[in-house]
Amino acid sequence: MADLSINFAGVRSPNPFWLASAPPTNSAYQVNKAFEQGWGGAVWKTIGTPVLNVSSRYGGWEYNGNKLAAINNIELISDRPLAVNLREIAEVKKLWPDRAVVVSAMFESDPKVWADAVKRIEDTGADAIELNYGCPHGMSERGMGSAVGQVPEYCTMITEWVTSVANIPVIVKLTPNITDIKPPARAAVAGKADAISLINTINSVIGVDLDSFQLKPNVGGKGGHGGYAGPAVKPIALSMLSEVMQIDEFGGQTLPVSGMGGIQTWRDAAEFLLLGATSLQVCTAVMHYGFRIIEDLTDGLSNWLDEKGAASIKEVIGAAVPKYSAFNELNLSYKVVARIDEAKCINCNLCYIACDEGAHQCIDLTVDGAKINPSAYTGSAKPQPVVREDDCVGCNLCSLVCPVDGCISMVEVAPERSSVTWGEITQKLPEITTNWDEMKKYREKVGIDIH
Amino acid sequence: MDTTNLTLEELQTRFTELKPPMSKNEARTEANRCLYCFDAPCIKACPTSIDVPTFIRKISTDNVLGSAKTILEANLMGATCSRVCPVEELCEGACVLNAENEKPIEIGRLQRYATDYLYERDIQPFDLAEKNGKKVAVIGAGPAGLTCAGELAKLGYDATVFEKNDLPGGLSTYGIVVMREPIRVALEEVEFVEKLGVEVKTNSEVGADISTDALLNDYDAVFIGAGMGKVPNLCIPGEDLEGVTEALSFIAETKLAEKEGLEQLRNLPIGKHVAVIGAGNTGIDAATIAKRLGAERVTIVYRRTDLEMPAYTFEYDFIKNERVEFRFLTQPIEILGENGKVVGLKCIRMELGEAGADGRRRPEPVEGSEWVLGCDHVIKAIGQEKLRGLHEAFGLETEKGYIKTDEQLRTSNSKIFAGGDCIRLEGEAMTVTAAEDGKIAARSIHQWLAEKEEGK
Repeated sequence: MADLSINFAGVRSPNPFWLASAPPTNSAYQVNKAFEQGWGGAVWKTIGTPVLNVSSRYGGWEYNGNKLAAINNIELISDRPLAVNLREIAEVKKLWPDRAVVVSAMFESDPKVWADAVKRIEDTGADAIELNYGCPHGMSERGMGSAVGQVPEYCTMITEWVTSVANIPVIVKLTPNITDIKPPARAAVAGKADAISLINTINSVIGVDLDSFQLKPNVGGKGGHGGYAGPAVKPIALSMLSEVMQIDEFGGQTLPVSGMGGIQTWRDAAEFLLLGATSLQVCTAVMHYGFRIIEDLTDGLSNWLDEKGAASIKEVIGAAVPKYSAFNELNLSYKVVARIDEAKCINCNLCYIACDEGAHQCIDLTVDGAKINPSAYTGSAKPQPVVREDDCVGCNLCSLVCPVDGCISMVEVAPERSSVTWGEITQKLPEITTNWDEMKKYREKVGIDIH
Repeated sequence: MDTTNLTLEELQTRFTELKPPMSKNEARTEANRCLYCFDAPCIKACPTSIDVPTFIRKISTDNVLGSAKTILEANLMGATCSRVCPVEELCEGACVLNAENEKPIEIGRLQRYATDYLYERDIQPFDLAEKNGKKVAVIGAGPAGLTCAGELAKLGYDATVFEKNDLPGGLSTYGIVVMREPIRVALEEVEFVEKLGVEVKTNSEVGADISTDALLNDYDAVFIGAGMGKVPNLCIPGEDLEGVTEALSFIAETKLAEKEGLEQLRNLPIGKHVAVIGAGNTGIDAATIAKRLGAERVTIVYRRTDLEMPAYTFEYDFIKNERVEFRFLTQPIEILGENGKVVGLKCIRMELGEAGADGRRRPEPVEGSEWVLGCDHVIKAIGQEKLRGLHEAFGLETEKGYIKTDEQLRTSNSKIFAGGDCIRLEGEAMTVTAAEDGKIAARSIHQWLAEKEEGK
């Protein structure tokens, strides 16, 4: 039974799973229920300036039978009175001393207002503050939320107002609606943040109704962009997490990162841990299924750690980070080719059409070893897809679309030339980056043949 | 009667499992089809309250080990139950998708997928409490006894199971047909319970090899999970002719043969024309086996009609495809023989009269309607006698031959608890209800002994 407990910038929790700041953490009723069922921590739904919400707040993307492949929302920060929230936070913290109770906050950009807010938050006994620089709708128009997260200087300024008066750790939550996540991350460090969390929701229009022509969600005949979340956003979150790990303070684990964005299962959580996250925040999965998912999150993660021989979760945090590289550091002579296991193949031919029309035309349909043209073949035998290994560039597409587990493998083959990266080549032979004749000469010299 | 003379290929086709295991992909796809309901009706439909949505979700998240643990936590006989439970009447019948006219989730096969995974890897997933020095004796290594012993072992008790037969497992081993559960599965299930620290002693009959007094003196509590007795006699002439067998030993022989390899089934004697008396699930099972062993004609003879017959509807549907014939409203009155061997079953036509005390219409013979069903093999499947020996030896109160128990499954002797078929005066005698009895009794024993300890 692996040890799942974490220490996040001084905030302890018995497992790394926190509820993200969102509808599930709107009230003591909910957070108490969550802690009863085993959640390690909760980030309270953002408290701050007064707001009014609309009716018809969430839209969903139903994809191939999955009701919520993604969700988006135009709900704002907490619309419950500030005093009610603060009182409930204090009650919850008293009941659950060993769980992480973090308060997400978004106030007007005034240092005195922030100083007062920090004091009131600290009076609740909460373990940390999370600064919400991410709401992409409703708050950004008022100069808060993502309006801060998109301008690094504002980020540093407001963070410093808070960290200069706070006695508890300050976490800065970043918005993904930005070209490069590293400047706001660095800005948070410059503002003396104790940690960062990412990602907040992504700008999105989740769909249009084909009958009424309304946007979804529709508020009295109008719609707008909302914050996108759920399973579909995980790769974007993982990418930004990887980018942030390139900053010394985070990659070196001096300052921790709380990772979120599409975590549904323990496997998703493990991916965030491997890419450097210390705590994990979950929202959409809870909105879909309820707090009970915590049991499999912890059980599955624990079983996986046992299987990997890790006694504690700390042994896997960041274990994949050293593998993250820039494109021009990748070895151009590394080669894989696709291999189809004919015994497992069910002759759906999806690999063939993907390769022929969507990639590099190196799979043939064959009968008795001879290539056939599917639009001309009239025989009764089922054609067998076969990879032309000499031409296969190892793009992976066929292995991704194949529906049969283990039927198509990407097999590493001996490289045809010595290791070299794009960075190395272009340093020695910069002319190949602009001149096709020079590129042709280089290819002939090293034996690269593109069919 | 000859032996079956089937080729190995034919045996393999006829006696491999009816429901094949799921592949990883199939299991994952089906698990993802499950809605993961909250407060799901399938949980309530399961007599052992297995948290079905959670175990299925764990298959979809690829935490199959966790899935198996979720199942076995609620039901130590999860592997057998996944193969034998009447899921159409229980969990799958309750699935919310039925209301949508969608196929219900294949809960049984998913449960098998998860338990197979754990058994294949020989993993014992439970944390066992420290031994508390207390001893419990369990009589009968069937589902009720094994579950009671296993649950107590998890709580730190020393549980010893006394099994009178050569092999443990009870009806899981001897009574469930090969096509539903190969004998290996039942025996592995016993091994799993032994891994919890339970000692199983076979060839140990209480009353013969060990006295009831010894049990009461040497153990802190006793659990009786001894099941039912043998198939009763028909009490008609000709019953001891060669070619008359009873269903349970007929099925048991196929299980014992299969244990040594499917080709052993070739050595089993089977008639050309078989008459099966009784249309309960055992009768249907026996008829299925007889047909698949190569009998040319198998006829089930039953004194009421298909509307009254006790077998599950899906069993009836199944047997129709086996090309077994039914003669309803038919009562055997004599087994006819020549040279000591069965040559026919003399029957009389029945008609349904007034309802009896149990609410079922009583069959009454139609005068002068005798006729003979030609056959060379008669299989009796008319239920089981209640056990008398043990009940009398312990001096326990019974009702209609079943051991009387209270809600805690305690008998009239405060040190003795009981469960499974031997207490089943009401309700269906299923593996899963026996397992639930084992759990309840274990909890009761634990509570009683803990209170006694505190009182000291």
